[in-house]
This record gives sequence, structure tokens and C-alpha cells, in this order.
Amino acid sequence: MTSIRVTETPLVTYVLRRADDALVLGHRLSEWCGKAPMMEEEMALANMGLDLIGQARALYTYAGEAEAAGHDEDALAYRRDERAYRNLLLVEQPNGDFAVTMVRQLLYAAYADPYWRAMMSSRDATLAAIAAKAEKETAYHLRHSAEWVVRLGDGTPESHERTARALMTLWPYTGELFETDAVDDAMIEAGIAVDPASLRDTWRATVADVLGRATLTMPADGYMQKGGRSGRHSEHLGHLLTELQYMQRTIPGATW
Amino acid sequence: MTAPHPDDLRETARRIAGAVPDPEIPVLTIADLGVLRDVRVGPSGIEIDITPTYCGCPAMSMIATEIEIALEKAGLGRPKVATVLSPAWTTDWMTDAGRDKLRAYGIAPPPKGAGRRALFGVDEVACPHCGSTDTTAIAEFGSTACKALWRCNACREPFDYFKCH
Repeated sequence: MTSIRVTETPLVTYVLRRADDALVLGHRLSEWCGKAPMMEEEMALANMGLDLIGQARALYTYAGEAEAAGHDEDALAYRRDERAYRNLLLVEQPNGDFAVTMVRQLLYAAYADPYWRAMMSSRDATLAAIAAKAEKETAYHLRHSAEWVVRLGDGTPESHERTARALMTLWPYTGELFETDAVDDAMIEAGIAVDPASLRDTWRATVADVLGRATLTMPADGYMQKGGRSGRHSEHLGHLLTELQYMQRTIPGATW
Repeated sequence: MTAPHPDDLRETARRIAGAVPDPEIPVLTIADLGVLRDVRVGPSGIEIDITPTYCGCPAMSMIATEIEIALEKAGLGRPKVATVLSPAWTTDWMTDAGRDKLRAYGIAPPPKGAGRRALFGVDEVACPHCGSTDTTAIAEFGSTACKALWRCNACREPFDYFKCH
């Protein structure tokens, strides 16, 4: 089915970026379904994925209303091409082993938790309402992933080694969490968005605390890979979308 | 036949909608859970607001359908059911009757006073079977988004705990 073209005002772009973060990470977690290392994690990963996809639905619906071009949540999720996706590169990185999945979750949740808490006082009533729900859910994701990173890092030599490797692999994608452009500036100026720079200390303190307990070393900030916010993705997103969008692209408008 | 007074109609609609059971925890009604937020008599019929417990709660669309069926069955016509996000649902809205029903059903009810401290600091959950507080968390995420899995060290029974949220 043909792709849609979204008319992106700063608000539409800003909301789509958050919606895409939530959907792509939620989809990644759903890929564990049926192959998690244990039954409890099977349920935990599916639950966290469900929370994120729920957040994405509310955000897409709002982005569609803000655009006012008749695009609903399904059109925005299923009928935009890879280049129109605005998510962080971090969340599209493949699941890898369990350590990669948990480190990715920790790095994102340590950001999303204070982000949504701050967004509860956004001047935008809809975003503030979504934030009030997402904040509680993200706090659970943060606690859960932090506990696992500690257990893996401070576990066996093998689990320590793999977690350290996961951290080195994902670290170059963390710079993007705090990146801003004209869209962010306009939203911050309007009192709608929180300045990500104000979250950086909290994020670093949370991550440092967890890594310390996990006997892992915080990587130094070197070269940071960016581009997701403007649609320049790693090779992984296209493959993810192929699976995510397959049904609606093949049988347009299919419903249960 | 005279039309019922709007207040009576509203109360009847509230009673019927409120009695709809939660699809995942059928011992609770949506009124017990605090999911039913508002019932109004609008110009084109009855308007009902519901709020999700968690963003991704898959029961929401089923609850909306159940409300529509219940009101139509009662002869009140098809209501307009809307989902509202604000204010965000909290377990503090669960009624005392709802908490008792949960416990009798074998699910430990959430403590009152939801907040970040409760979220991170649940240290005493009483077993819904024997009442012992000698209990251990098995998994933070249970069979539905709103529950965690615990075990009683006294009677050895596993049980669901409705998370404070």
C-alpha cells in the first residue's frame, strides 16, 4: 500500500519522535516473545513492550490530531517509510543477547523516567496527560532493567563480559538522547517540551549508580552516532519495519 | 409516557455501566477499579468516560464494547464511550469493596497511598490466603500489566499482587 506523507509542524514532529521511540522499542521487546530466557522474563518483556506500544498509540493519535490530515494511529505506524521514522537510533538496535536488551532498556529508561516526570508539567495538556501515565510505567522499566544489569554485571565472568560488551556497543547511541534541533528549541520555547540538557545529570547519575553496583565501568563519551531524529537510521530499522508493517501493507485496512 | 428525568437516567446508566466486570479480573467491576470516570446525559445520548489502568491495557476496547452492550440491553440506547487519560488512573481509586473482593479472589490488593515511594518500596505484602506478611516477590511482572507474582513463605502458596500504581 502506498505510504502516507505527513505534514510536519514542530509539534507533529516532536510528538512523532516520542511515538516512534515507544513503538520501535516496544516492537523490539515483543520480538522476545516465545524465546525469553525464563518464564518470568517472558512476561516481563511482553509487559514492558505492551506499556510502550500503549504509549505509542496515545502519542500517534495525538500526532494525527495535531496534523489534522486524517491520519490515525494505524496510518502513522504502518504507512510511513523508514526515512519518515523519527526514533532514536538506540531503540532500533537489535536485541542481541539478553545483556544487550537489558542495557538498551536501562539506557533508555534512565532517560525516559525523568523525561516523562518533567513532561507532566508541560503546557500541552495532552502530552502532560500521557506523561502522567508513562512516568509510572517507565519507573518499573527502569527498576527492572537496572536490577538485571546489576545481576549480569556482578554475575559470572561470562555475564560480566557480555554486559560490558553490550555497554560498549550501545554507548555511542546515547549522545542522541540529549541532542536538540530547531524543533526542540521551538517546543522548549513554547513551554511544551523539556530541555533534554536538564535531564543529563540525572541520567548520568542513574546510569553511574547502576553500573557501579554492576561492577561495570562507565564508558567515556567518544564519537556519538546521530541521525534518527531526522530519519537517517541504522540498517536495522528497515528490517524491523518490514515485519511490523507487513500485514497492513499487504492487506490494507485489515482488522481483527 | 414521560421521559425519565436526566438525573435518574444518568444514575441508571452509571449503575449499569459501573457493573460491567473487568475482563481480566472478573470479580471486580469497572466501578470498583475506578476505570469508570464519568457518565453524562448529552444531547445525542449517554456519554461515558473510561480511563485505562496502564497505557497498553488490552482490556480497554473490550470494556467499551461491554458498556455499549449493557446499556443497549437496558434500553438506554448506544452510549458514546470515550477514553480519557487525565487525571492518570491510580490504585488509590480502587474502592474498599473492590479491595475486599480482590483479597477474597486470591489477589493481594494494592496498599493505599500510591506514589513513587510505594512503587519502589513495597516491602510488606500480606498473603491473601492466610494473611501472613512473610512473603517474597517472585517476579515484578505478572499475568497482566497491573499484577506482580508473589509467594507466601508461611502457607507456601503463590499469589498475584495487584501493584500499587
